[in-house]
Amino acid sequence: MTTGLMTHSFPWLTALIFLPLIGAAAVFVVKDASVRLTALSVTVADLLISLPLWWLFDATSGEMQFLESAAWIPSLSINYRLGLDGISLPLILMTTILMPLCVMISWNAIETRLRGFMAVLLIMEGAMIGVFAALDFVLFYVFWEAMLIPMYLLIGVWGGPNRLYAAIKFFLYTLAGSVLLLVAILVLYFQGGHTFDILVLSRQTYPLALQTWVFFAFFAAFAVKVPMFPFHTWLPDAHVEAPTAGSVILASVLLKMGTYGFVRFSLPMLPDASRLFTPLMVVLSIVAIIYGAYMALAQADLKKLIAYSSVSHMGFVTLGLFMFNIQGIEGAVLQMVNHGITTGGLFLCVGMIYERTHSRQISDNIGLTKPMPRYATFLVIFALSSLGLPGTNSFVGEFMVLVGTFLWSKVATAFASLGIILAAAYLLWMIQRVAFGTPAPHMLHKLSDLTRRETATLLPLAVLIFAIGLFPNPLLSRMHTSVEQVIARVVPSSHQQHSSQAVLDQPTPLLKNELLSTLDAVHAETVTPPGSLPLTESEGERP
Amino acid sequence: MTFSAADLFLVLPELLVITAACVVFVLDPVLRPSDKDGLVWVSLGTLAVCMGLTASQMETHASIFSGLVVIDGYGAFWKLLLYFVTGLTILLSYSYLKEERLYFGEYYGFMLLSLCGMMVMVSATDLLTIYLGTELMSLCLYVMAGLKRKEPRSLEASAKYFVLGAFSSGILLYGISLLYGATGSTRLPAIASAIATQGFADPLLLFSTILLAVGFGFKLAAVPFHMWTPDVYQGAPTSVTAFMAVGSKAASFGAFLRVFVEGLGGVKADWSAIFVLLCLATLVVGNIVALVQTNIKRMLAYSSIAHAGYAMIGVVAAGRTDHSSGIASVLLYIALYAFMTFGAFAIVAMLRKGTIEGEEIEDFTGLAKHQPLPALLMLVFMVSLAGIPPTAGFIGKLYVFRSAVEAGMAWLAAIALLFSAISAYYYLRVVMVMYMQDPIAGTNPVPRLVMSPTLSIVLACAVAGVVIFGIYPNPLVNLALQAVLTLK
Repeated sequence: MTTGLMTHSFPWLTALIFLPLIGAAAVFVVKDASVRLTALSVTVADLLISLPLWWLFDATSGEMQFLESAAWIPSLSINYRLGLDGISLPLILMTTILMPLCVMISWNAIETRLRGFMAVLLIMEGAMIGVFAALDFVLFYVFWEAMLIPMYLLIGVWGGPNRLYAAIKFFLYTLAGSVLLLVAILVLYFQGGHTFDILVLSRQTYPLALQTWVFFAFFAAFAVKVPMFPFHTWLPDAHVEAPTAGSVILASVLLKMGTYGFVRFSLPMLPDASRLFTPLMVVLSIVAIIYGAYMALAQADLKKLIAYSSVSHMGFVTLGLFMFNIQGIEGAVLQMVNHGITTGGLFLCVGMIYERTHSRQISDNIGLTKPMPRYATFLVIFALSSLGLPGTNSFVGEFMVLVGTFLWSKVATAFASLGIILAAAYLLWMIQRVAFGTPAPHMLHKLSDLTRRETATLLPLAVLIFAIGLFPNPLLSRMHTSVEQVIARVVPSSHQQHSSQAVLDQPTPLLKNELLSTLDAVHAETVTPPGSLPLTESEGERP
Repeated sequence: MTFSAADLFLVLPELLVITAACVVFVLDPVLRPSDKDGLVWVSLGTLAVCMGLTASQMETHASIFSGLVVIDGYGAFWKLLLYFVTGLTILLSYSYLKEERLYFGEYYGFMLLSLCGMMVMVSATDLLTIYLGTELMSLCLYVMAGLKRKEPRSLEASAKYFVLGAFSSGILLYGISLLYGATGSTRLPAIASAIATQGFADPLLLFSTILLAVGFGFKLAAVPFHMWTPDVYQGAPTSVTAFMAVGSKAASFGAFLRVFVEGLGGVKADWSAIFVLLCLATLVVGNIVALVQTNIKRMLAYSSIAHAGYAMIGVVAAGRTDHSSGIASVLLYIALYAFMTFGAFAIVAMLRKGTIEGEEIEDFTGLAKHQPLPALLMLVFMVSLAGIPPTAGFIGKLYVFRSAVEAGMAWLAAIALLFSAISAYYYLRVVMVMYMQDPIAGTNPVPRLVMSPTLSIVLACAVAGVVIFGIYPNPLVNLALQAVLTLK
């Protein structure tokens, strides 16, 4: 299948995808005692393979990089095509960074059928990287769907008491969502010149009626995955019942597949429909932001609280994506990574406390600062990052999304900002109880502080939170050119003129805000000079 | 009527199968019970030889016996599939029949005769010859369905199958005679040219087309002619059910496509409209009713009905366009369906042990804990039947839906995909009881499986087909495309 690679360099992406799959098989043949270690080594090896991509990636190029191509099913002109741009690179790195942590958090938490569990985790890793790297629509769909069964097993076999219901609900929701996706892919195949090549399909112009139709087909698949407002009900159930590693994968990676779908397919392939339905997407995003936050306020279960906060935070991502300006989309992609790191960290924290007290209720886990100072520190860091405190990663992302929204509509910005206020409310309230209350005496003996393994699990994420929060530029500069290409595709040149003019006018009063002074340096590069938006005529013109 | 020795040579596979069947019938009473295993090896050896002969005929195109039979790539494709299925059935029966305490040597003879009927069906170009093939296939299946003579359900299955089968044969014959009246021939090429010269306005032609569709609808188990399927599949011995669900369905599709494409190609706008309705009804009823089944054989029966619906999408698409991709997608779909359905039935047969029937879905409870490998295989088959990548079931659906979209029927593909999402519910229920439920102490005996080398071969073949063709379908696709070229 992978023979005849076009490029003669090392097949980075194939290695990234297939190493975990080989590892999944290896898990079944090693000795009982070394199952965990094998899984950990495979995920770490995958991480090590992915890290060089960060430096090898050419940020100035808007082209797909690390291309690999081979014929797969010639009779349908389906190819095995992989590649990376500035949007998928951060997501793949986020995945490879999180997976060793998922193995480590499951070290003692999973007692039954350990081999199966690790194998499922590794299969998921391969499929998730495949989704972000696929440049052939059918290949993408194969990875997209192949993820369902492992996740179904992860929730259903190793989940909580109500796992059967949660597992089948997750499965049917996401499967039903992608029903129309395959039809839409096939329709685009015939309309776009008998090819499944994502890059070629992104260069075609389709009639508006068809775009509308396909937009809703894509929307059904991606919105369920994100999940956007009316399709979110599977998420709290799945999160609550899934084992910790499952929750982390769900929140950090699976949800991103939905927003990645919007930015990779909906925007470039269906620019007219995307613009037409922007108001709908904005309304749904804002409803998700506020509704998710309100629901989070009311939760007594820690996992449910974080699950609803995910709905709220993913609302910012979809909001930013449909702003069609550089701040909005860059902020959204950055926020995808941020949410993966922050929410992943929060779920890891909940998993650790659940291992000790066997309860996820806030009322059972109060006053952890005294007995577990290190744990409380991490929890507070992740919570503050989640509510978007300046200096942490989410601040940069949410701020950029709000700037992008401001350029489009001040009212929408005002509503979206409510989400940040509410996030502060539910997260600080949670912190107040969990970290600073008085612990129940009968719980004290269970509350031992973090072991070295657990500290090692949380530390990388805490470091990343501050690294991205203080120095977002390395990340932003890598996605800049790719995001510009998406914008050039979705906004015809006249709109672009207008929006770049708006960038010239608007940011000055905003940036004067003292709170944002730390970001000035960042935005000097990413926002200004706006005239530098390198939109040449040929890029702006639609073929 | 003229025929030469060369004609006989071309039908050598059919002759060999018949001869082997007769040898089995004759040897059965003479052999001591301990030697009766030899009958299995005689049958398997014959199949192997036939497989070689037919494979060498892939490129041939010869009309023989005055145009009654044609030896072409299309027929060869189906024949190869049928040998394979029959071989797997024989291997499956070898241990299953012992577990059921059924010691009938004639069983293998009937199976070979039935295979011969199927081979005639897929290579005949004359409606009456096709009819003879169907009858030979069906008569043997009636007997085999009632093989568990002491069990009322098996006898009921046999009787029901016989009555409804005879009824459908009657309708088929009626359609053939009307078509003869309208066109003056029972040969498919002659019918095609008669339609081309006379035009399509003859109501007799339309009426006979409908009757033929109904007759084949029974054989394919398309809704609303599916009533016999669940009862017969449930009552018949599991190995026979597998043979019916795969072999008889494949042969019926083979004959059905040849009749409607080669013979009635001139009125394809008409039959395409009929099959849209049949296809929709089959998808809806098959998938919805399967949701509430508690017996796995009944569930798989409704699933096989539903899969006939998916395959029929390709038929509809072929009727709407001039492209052969629709037909090729049907061939591919049925071939891939064979692997996954056969695998599922093989696992059901494994569960039959001693006093345990092993036919309720609940009997699978906790299988993954005690028998991880068979449970994993069942998982693969169920996932494939649900059409989730990267399995063969997905590839089959991809090709069928592609031909539907190509024919401008994206809505049909969308509906079919919706029902395939619904179908995931009942397939995954099997996965759920295997992996996520523990046996309730005392009520459900721990499933013990019959393990035998022959069953292992069957399962290995099935799972290899599902996985390999799910990832790399090209050889099978090319075979199907090549086979369709010979269909005019």
